[in-house]
Amino acid sequence: MKYFLLILGMAVITYAIRSAVFVFGERLRFPPLMRTALNFVPVTVLTAIIVPMTLAPHGGGAELTWRNSQLVAALVALGVCAVTRKPLLTIAVSLAVFFLWQLVVVA
Amino acid sequence: MNSTQQPGNLAEFGAGARDTIPMLVGAAPFGVIFGTLAATGPLHAWTVQFMSLAVFAGSAQFIALGLIAGHTSFAVIWATTFIVNLRHILYSATLAPYVAHLPARWRWTLGAFMTDEVFAVSYAHYKRRTPGETGPYYCLGSGVSMYVNWQIWTVIGLLFGSAFPGLQSKGLDFAMVATFIAIIVPQLVALRFIAAALAAGVLSFAWNGWPYKLGLLAAVAVGVAVGTLLSMRVEGRATEIERSERAR
Repeated sequence: MKYFLLILGMAVITYAIRSAVFVFGERLRFPPLMRTALNFVPVTVLTAIIVPMTLAPHGGGAELTWRNSQLVAALVALGVCAVTRKPLLTIAVSLAVFFLWQLVVVA
Repeated sequence: MNSTQQPGNLAEFGAGARDTIPMLVGAAPFGVIFGTLAATGPLHAWTVQFMSLAVFAGSAQFIALGLIAGHTSFAVIWATTFIVNLRHILYSATLAPYVAHLPARWRWTLGAFMTDEVFAVSYAHYKRRTPGETGPYYCLGSGVSMYVNWQIWTVIGLLFGSAFPGLQSKGLDFAMVATFIAIIVPQLVALRFIAAALAAGVLSFAWNGWPYKLGLLAAVAVGVAVGTLLSMRVEGRATEIERSERAR
């Protein structure tokens, strides 16, 4: 039930952002600086979320070792995606490396 | 505008849906991974589907899952939703000239579908037409097909995740990391994007201990500032070059 409230809030926020200009017309103007800044939002938010997850998968301090399968597989994903630019291939290869690493190297 | 004189409404709708097909294919794996991840988390399956039905924003939904798993406060999840989806305001601002003449109910409706994909497809179609003379059905066709597609793949992901409950114990959350990397890397088209991402990533890790995950928001703010400052330098240099070329 509490998650219902959370999701409802997310929905209202998202809808308000998307339809504000359509509904209230073109009275809303955006300075160029804000347009520039918004370009960087997706990249920074996603990176800010995954870096702590990969460097310290168990919370606490950084695990900068080859026994950290999250880190190893993330680096593989980075490499595959930089070279091929194929999202599906990136996800598939790095997931395979992740599970293999968990089974063979770490265990 | 008299809609009875527009026999092509259904054809317009169909054209919008048809042109969205590549986007539908591209969104499918993300829908499945979202459903699978969510099925192994604390949310009930109906709650997850409700999220796809009501929010209809892939990256915000993924991020919410991650934040929920990290016991983040609702206020921070809402703030993050706001920041992550803020770019959509540029989409509706860009399309506004093509919907401004439509009745209010249409403008309220089309706004709900303004995802990255629907905007990209709709704008490619409308920009070749005269503002004020465009109908809503093309955009609606694109939006509805994207919406239905997202619901279907969420359900499939949920079914998959609940069929293999063992997935959760072995860190399936890496699937989210892999998905995000697949979204991030193609966007690193210039040094300023790499610098912004690096700043946000390093600081987010350094500030991971801040209460309510506020370190995440602060890291994003710094990352955005870094990217914006570097863009201003790039633009400054560009106008300088222009000026010197004009002087020649």
